[in-house]
Amino acid sequence: MASILEESGFDPSAELKIVGTNPVKHDGLDKVMGRAKFGADAFLPGMLVGKILRSPHAHANIKSIDTSKAEALPGVKSVITAADFPEKKAGTPAGDMTRNVMAREKALYDGHPVAAVAATSEKIAKQALKLIEVDYEVLPHVIDPVEAMQPDAPILHDYLRTKGVEGAEDKQTNVTEKMVTQLGDIDAGFEEADIIVERSYDSKPMHQGYIEPQGCIADYSEDGQIEVWCCTQAPFVYRDRLSAILDIDCNKINVQQSELGGGFGGKTGFYGEPLAIMLSKKASRSVKIVLSRIEVFRGTGPVSGTSYTIKMGCKKDGTITAASAEMIFQSGPYAGSMYFNAPNAMFTRYDLKNVDITAYEVLSNRQKVASFRAPCVPQIVFGVEGVIDEMARKIEMDPIDFRLKNACEDGHTTIYGDTWGPIGFIETLKKAKECDHYKTPVKPGEGRGISTGFWFNRGGETAASLNLAPDGTVTIATGTADVAGSRISISMMAAEELGIPVDQVRVKMVDTNSLGFNRVTAGSRTTFSVGMVIVDSARKCIAELRKRAAEIWDVPEDGVIFEDGMCRPASANVGDFEPLSIADICKKTTMSHGAISGHTEMNVTGAGPGFAVNIVDVKVDENTGRTDVTRYTVVQDVGKAIHPDQVVGQIQGGAIQGVGWALNEEYIYGEDGRLQNAGFLDYRMPVASDVPMVDTIMVEVPNPAHPFGLRGVGEVPVVPTMAAVGNAIGDAIGIRPTSLPMSPPKVLDIIEQAKAEGVYKG
Amino acid sequence: MDDVRYEAPELPDAASSLLAEAGGSGKVFAGGTDVMVQIHAELIDPGVIVDIKNIPGTQGISESDGAYTFGAATAGMVLMDHEGFSSTWPGVIDGVALIGSIQVKGRASVGGNVCNASPAADSTPAMIAAGAICNITGPSGERTAPVEDIVTGPGKTSLADGEFIVSFSMPKRPPHSGDAYLRLTPRTEMDIAVVGAGVNLTLDDDGTCTAARVSLGAVAPTPLLVAEATDALIGTKVDDAALTKMGEACSAACNPISDKRGTKEYRIKTAAVIARRAAEIALERAREN
Repeated sequence: MASILEESGFDPSAELKIVGTNPVKHDGLDKVMGRAKFGADAFLPGMLVGKILRSPHAHANIKSIDTSKAEALPGVKSVITAADFPEKKAGTPAGDMTRNVMAREKALYDGHPVAAVAATSEKIAKQALKLIEVDYEVLPHVIDPVEAMQPDAPILHDYLRTKGVEGAEDKQTNVTEKMVTQLGDIDAGFEEADIIVERSYDSKPMHQGYIEPQGCIADYSEDGQIEVWCCTQAPFVYRDRLSAILDIDCNKINVQQSELGGGFGGKTGFYGEPLAIMLSKKASRSVKIVLSRIEVFRGTGPVSGTSYTIKMGCKKDGTITAASAEMIFQSGPYAGSMYFNAPNAMFTRYDLKNVDITAYEVLSNRQKVASFRAPCVPQIVFGVEGVIDEMARKIEMDPIDFRLKNACEDGHTTIYGDTWGPIGFIETLKKAKECDHYKTPVKPGEGRGISTGFWFNRGGETAASLNLAPDGTVTIATGTADVAGSRISISMMAAEELGIPVDQVRVKMVDTNSLGFNRVTAGSRTTFSVGMVIVDSARKCIAELRKRAAEIWDVPEDGVIFEDGMCRPASANVGDFEPLSIADICKKTTMSHGAISGHTEMNVTGAGPGFAVNIVDVKVDENTGRTDVTRYTVVQDVGKAIHPDQVVGQIQGGAIQGVGWALNEEYIYGEDGRLQNAGFLDYRMPVASDVPMVDTIMVEVPNPAHPFGLRGVGEVPVVPTMAAVGNAIGDAIGIRPTSLPMSPPKVLDIIEQAKAEGVYKG
Repeated sequence: MDDVRYEAPELPDAASSLLAEAGGSGKVFAGGTDVMVQIHAELIDPGVIVDIKNIPGTQGISESDGAYTFGAATAGMVLMDHEGFSSTWPGVIDGVALIGSIQVKGRASVGGNVCNASPAADSTPAMIAAGAICNITGPSGERTAPVEDIVTGPGKTSLADGEFIVSFSMPKRPPHSGDAYLRLTPRTEMDIAVVGAGVNLTLDDDGTCTAARVSLGAVAPTPLLVAEATDALIGTKVDDAALTKMGEACSAACNPISDKRGTKEYRIKTAAVIARRAAEIALERAREN
């Protein structure tokens, strides 16, 4: 059914009773008590344990695989290789997907699956893996993206040709695409500049750091029905992609999402699910596959590493006249880095007239990259905001004033063509300038950094049902995964619209058979999009409630109004009737007229862009190069915080992930191309004592396209982080680092360089 | 992983026999915080696990005339919570306190930390600096050995098949003594030392250093007792010149590798820094008592 949300009905003067409060999350206690069921928590009668054999080589031809000894081991019920999957042409989306979950002609990274077994116990499954004989022909590998672009680099796919380059049709390459994004006249822009700054930067791949490893169970019945339980941000996308690589109709694959122990973009694509399905089909038993932490690191995707140069020019008054960039994004063995986000977002928030950006996506022998919070943008903003900081210093302008001078206003038309409505970037910068942190002088021996970030925020295909029970309470079925607490926010919006207490609403994430297509939870879209759909569904219920009240009272429908959860006579002229609650109407009419439900599916549009400013203080150890973050403040435009505590959590989480990316996190490969730090001991994510309490200041410039004015809040928080930490370190030691992570050995080298150049500040 | 036999004998001889019979496939089990992790990571595949915690002397702390003895399997948190021991050996406690999380330290022991034989173990340099002695039992009876003689390489010890450490004896503490352990890690906790340094020193009434021991971790295949660094301190007031000389001696003693946790150059450079800072803390503690 189409939407009745002709207009959002946003009313800035509305008195909200529930939106903006902080009720306890309905799914919170189960998580605290260990009752919540995650990917690994499904158990079926007779289920088998699935285990995956992975390539120990970064690049190798698979000459043959002999599974006969594994199959002969008692307790082994099925063994699969790529030969068990339908043929899909290499270089197509389905061809890449099926090859990433199970290597076909070649193993393309350390950890690439080559076979899988299902057995009656974990012990037998592990023994069986050791009995599988794979004959590899090891090939030279390439991991560094700059090296992968060289003419003599090992080639991953002999069929690959670079898109977007003339004359590339007959050249083998690892470059999937060259993308050029331009605005105005770049040469004229640099001509106008009084000051030009150009710097080169690089970053390493970043793991999303979700605590729950991927886990799934698949049950393939004899009549071809498939049930999949898994932890995912994208149940419908999983279903559709499983259908595409397995040649099975969508209606025969039912994906039920579990609770999610963190995703941050890392659970937008499947790994074990198709293997569990094929193992289950062959064994006629259900099969569970839960990845170990080592497998999560070796076998699933982080976000791209990068190598890039940023050049910008400004006038003495601070006006930026030109901005250019050349960037390389490291993908894994297949395309899919979402690098196109970078040209669209890296400078966006500043009103630039002349822009010239070239971006390349390059394949390499490492895990296929995946999404991560604002994919491919924070690692580039690290450089952009570094150059901006340097320009502000050169003209001796306050860093926030410099950004204010160039900030976009309402109605700005972006480089990607959208024209914005009301935005809060300027308000956010002004709040940052006024806040206690910025007004407090930097402590002696410390440094302070400022940075800003933008994220698009998305809408997209969303379907949900809102059902009124006979007692007037509400259940909501949604198909968009809750990755960060969206269920309570959805409950609150429904309760606000229906005028009932939030405890009378419960939200369930349902399986893919129960609703129409829901887009992946990504792009900071979920609370915004499901909120739109649910308010629409609630309004449909209200229309029906009014209709039934009119029937009970035997008055015309327009004689009934709905307010504060009650149907009331519109005026004294209608008659003297006691107001009817939702429960009254449901009790009286469910038997005669059926239940009242609202159902909506929409391709939601109107997401409002988000902006954040970070202020970071650091202390750098002169003799070890180790950085302590001593104070951190985030100012962010959230449109309207439905559940403010949750928004604060989102913002703090983003800042902390950025601190890890800034200071220590990196994938370390040996000469042999094998990942050396596959685990949280040596992949150094921050622990609680590594970060100060992150102070948050929420700015609320409403997005009028949404009934309550909200904007997405999930991704903006990580965008400015590494740049802010980098600028702070630069302020503390005299030279701004250009390579991520800014780990102690690298920073110690920069300190020594700063001392040698006489610019060290301690 | 094959089936693992678990034994928890009450007599030291029984434990020694089990371990001796198993040869290389026997594993001593105290807190299990290394053994269990290594089994799950498929780094080891022991045939028999011998839990020594039921054996008399392997747990608990005792004091006699100012000299402490503690069981090799005593959990880290027990040591940390023991007022007498922790005020007498604050440097050993510095090392123990840096091992894993509170939950891990609820089981992890100094004996396990020493015998796991990681060059980066946090309590080992502190114990070496303290001059702790291991009380070892085995098929050929009991013997003692200083802690610095135990680790012979990454994952390797000088203990013979069937031998295990029952307890540690700490020397009696003269007045004006202090010890400290510091490590360098990129994170504040839950990390592995890039460099670790334990310093133990004793001053006379004038503040002149009469005894000192300096030990480094994570800068060589084994934890080191650095004689030249010790020499740099003894007979001095532990002033800037002495500390600089000690730091230089520490850097000179380093023989590290470059790995995922730090480069060779970085480790050599920072060993001096960390040892000096540890010495400054030890000095302050020595002056306080």
